[in-house]
Amino acid sequence: MKILVCISKAPDTTSKIAFTDNNTAFDKNGVQFIINPYDEWYALVRGLELKEANGGSVTILNVGGADNDPTIRKALAIGADDAVRINMEPTDALGVAKQIADYAKENAFDMVLCGKETIDYNGSQVGGMVAAFLDQPFVSNASKLDMVGNTATIERDIQGGKEIIEVDTPFVLSAAKGMAEARIPNMRGIMAARTKPLQVVEPSAFENTSEVASYELPPAKGACKMVSADNPAELLELLRNEAKII
Amino acid sequence: MSILVYANTAINKVHKSAFEAVSYGAQIAEKSGDKVTAVVVGNADNLDSLGKYGADNVVHVTSDKLDDFQPNLIAEAMQKAAADNNSSIIIFSHDLSGKSIAPILAAKMNAGIVTGAVDLPQTDGDFIVKKAVFSGKAYAHVKINTATKIISLTPNALEKKEFNKSASIESKSYELADSRLKVKEQKIQSTDLPLTEAELVVSAGRGLKGPENWGMIEELAKALGAATACSRPVSDMDWRPHHEHVGQTGVAIRPNLYIAIGISGAIQHLAGVNQSKVIVAINTDPEAPFFKAADYGIVGDAFEVVPKLVEAAKAMNHD
Ligand SMILES: Cc1cc2nc3c(=O)[nH]c(=O)nc-3n(C[C@H](O)[C@H](O)[C@H](O)COP(=O)(O)OP(=O)(O)OC[C@H]3O[C@@H](n4cnc5c(N)ncnc54)[C@H](O)[C@@H]3O)c2cc1C
Ligand SMILES: Nc1ncnc2c1ncn2[C@@H]1O[C@H](COP(=O)(O)O)[C@@H](O)[C@H]1O
Repeated sequence: MKILVCISKAPDTTSKIAFTDNNTAFDKNGVQFIINPYDEWYALVRGLELKEANGGSVTILNVGGADNDPTIRKALAIGADDAVRINMEPTDALGVAKQIADYAKENAFDMVLCGKETIDYNGSQVGGMVAAFLDQPFVSNASKLDMVGNTATIERDIQGGKEIIEVDTPFVLSAAKGMAEARIPNMRGIMAARTKPLQVVEPSAFENTSEVASYELPPAKGACKMVSADNPAELLELLRNEAKII
Repeated sequence: MSILVYANTAINKVHKSAFEAVSYGAQIAEKSGDKVTAVVVGNADNLDSLGKYGADNVVHVTSDKLDDFQPNLIAEAMQKAAADNNSSIIIFSHDLSGKSIAPILAAKMNAGIVTGAVDLPQTDGDFIVKKAVFSGKAYAHVKINTATKIISLTPNALEKKEFNKSASIESKSYELADSRLKVKEQKIQSTDLPLTEAELVVSAGRGLKGPENWGMIEELAKALGAATACSRPVSDMDWRPHHEHVGQTGVAIRPNLYIAIGISGAIQHLAGVNQSKVIVAINTDPEAPFFKAADYGIVGDAFEVVPKLVEAAKAMNHD
C-alpha cells in the first residue's frame, strides 16, 4: 500500500500572531513551527498504522522552502519512510494542490491523505483540489479509515451527523479528529530520520489564482464587565438590554 | 451574467446556512446587477423560501446519482449550472458540504477561491474578500485574480437580508459521471441545528468535575434556546460527545453568544470561539484567562451560579 501524506508547516498553537511589511507578511520572529496538527496526529499516524498492518510505504510531501526541512524531518522521525519537498513558497491553495497532484500522478499512490485544514490559513481547500486534479473521489472530514484489500471503509462527518462510506483505492482523504492517536517520536526515530531520503523537487509552472493582499488583527476587546455571583439574573438583563442578543 | 449559489439541504429542507449564502449572493448582485440563481440538489420542501432571501430562480438538480452526498458529482453539476447560467461568481456556505465541494469546483474551473469569508467582497478595483485566518486570531484580505470567483461564507458571519422575490423553480437533470464512492450507512445525530449554526451556545469545561453534572448545563441551554458545547478534555474523557468539542482542534464557531462555564480559556480553546459576538465567562478563578477574552464575567462557583441562571432564564421566558 503506497500512501502519500501531505503535511504543512504551521505556527505552534500558542504563537502570538503579528504581521510585518505593512501588514502583508506573517511575523515569524520568535515563532515555533510545528506540523499542522490534523496532518500529524491524524493523517500521518493513520497512514503509518495502515502501513504497519498491511505493508507498503508512507511518503511525506510538503510544498515549501528549505526552512521547512526540520518540520519534514519530524514527520520522518514519527515513522514515515521518505519525504519529498516541492521547492516553492506557497502563495495559493490551487498552486499547492497542482504541485501535489503533479507529483502524485507520476508516482501512483493508493491514497493521498491530507489534514482537514491548516491552522494558519484555515483553507480546507487543498485536499479537494488535489482530488479534482487527480480525478479521484474526495472524502472530506474523515474520522475513521479502515482498509480491507483495496477497499476503504471510511467514517466521515457530514452536515448533521456521520456517514460510513466505501471506496476503492485510489482516493484522496482529508483527516479530522478521531482517525488516530498522536504519536511522540522516540530517540530511535529521531536518529533514523536524519538519514531517511528527503528529495527536493522543483515546481512546475502555474499562475496564482488568488493571493493575500493584506492581514488585519481584530480590534482589541474592551474590559470584561463583571457581574456579582449573588445576582446572576443581572447577567441576563445585560445580555437582553445592553448586548441585545437574547 | 449571474451569481450562482449552492443551497445545501438536510433532512428535506433547505438549510439556514443556504439562506445566508443566497442572501450574500443577492447582496453582491444588488451592486453588480447580476441575477441570482440558487442550485438545490436533492429533495427539499421549502424551495420557494429561497426567493425570500434573494434568489431570482432556483435550479433543482434531480439525479438518482445524487441521493447520497457525492461532492465530486455535485461539483460537476455546479460546473454545468455555472456554464448554463453564465456565472462569474459562485457562492457556497463554509459548512461541511461547502468545504468538500467548493475546492473541487475551484480546481475543475481553475477559479480563484476564498473559503470562510466573513464579509461582503470589496469590488471597486480589485476583487477582495475578507476571511478569518490563524484560527480566528486575525483576518486576511484575499484578492481573487481569475474571471470566475468562488467564495464560501462562514455560517453566522453576516446578518441575512430579506429580498422577498418570488423565485421561479426549474428542474434539471444533468448527465453525471458514475461515483466510486458508496454510502453504506448514515448516522444523523439529531435534527438540531449543527453547532456551527447555533446563535447561542452554552459550553462547559473540566471545572464541572464530571459528566453527571451536565444536567444544569443542558437546562440552561434549553431555557435560553441554546446549543451545548464543551472543551477538549471534556470530550477526550468522553464526558460529552466529540461533536461538541470546540477549539483549535475541534469545531470553530461564531455564535452571537458564547457562555463558557468552568473553562480556563486556553489559547487553543479560544481559537475556536473568539469570533463569537458576545462572550460570557463563569469561573471560580478571577485570574482565569477567559476573562480577558470575555465581554461579561461572573467570578463564582458554577454549581451555585448556573442553577440561579436557569431560574432567571425560565422567569425571563415567562415575562
Ligand atoms: C495543540 C493543542 C490543541 C488543543 N486544542 C484544543 C481545543 O480545540 N479545544 C480545547 O478546549 N482545548 C484544546 N487544547 C487544550 C487546551 O490547551 C486546554 O488544556 C483545555 O482547553 C483546558 O480545558 P478546560 O478549560 O475545560 O480545563 P481546565 O484548564 O482544567 O480548566 C478548568 C477551569 O474551571 C475552573 N473551575 C474549577 N471549578 C469550578 C467551579 N466549580 N465553577 C466554575 N469554574 C470552575 C477552573 O478555575 C479552571 O479555569 C489544545 C491543546 C493543544 C496543545
Ligand atoms: N504547503 C503544503 N504542502 C503540503 N501539503 C499541504 C500544504 N498546504 C496544505 N497542505 C495539505 O492540505 C491540507 C489542507 O490545507 P488548507 O487547504 O490550506 O486548509 C493540510 O492539512 C495539508 O494536509
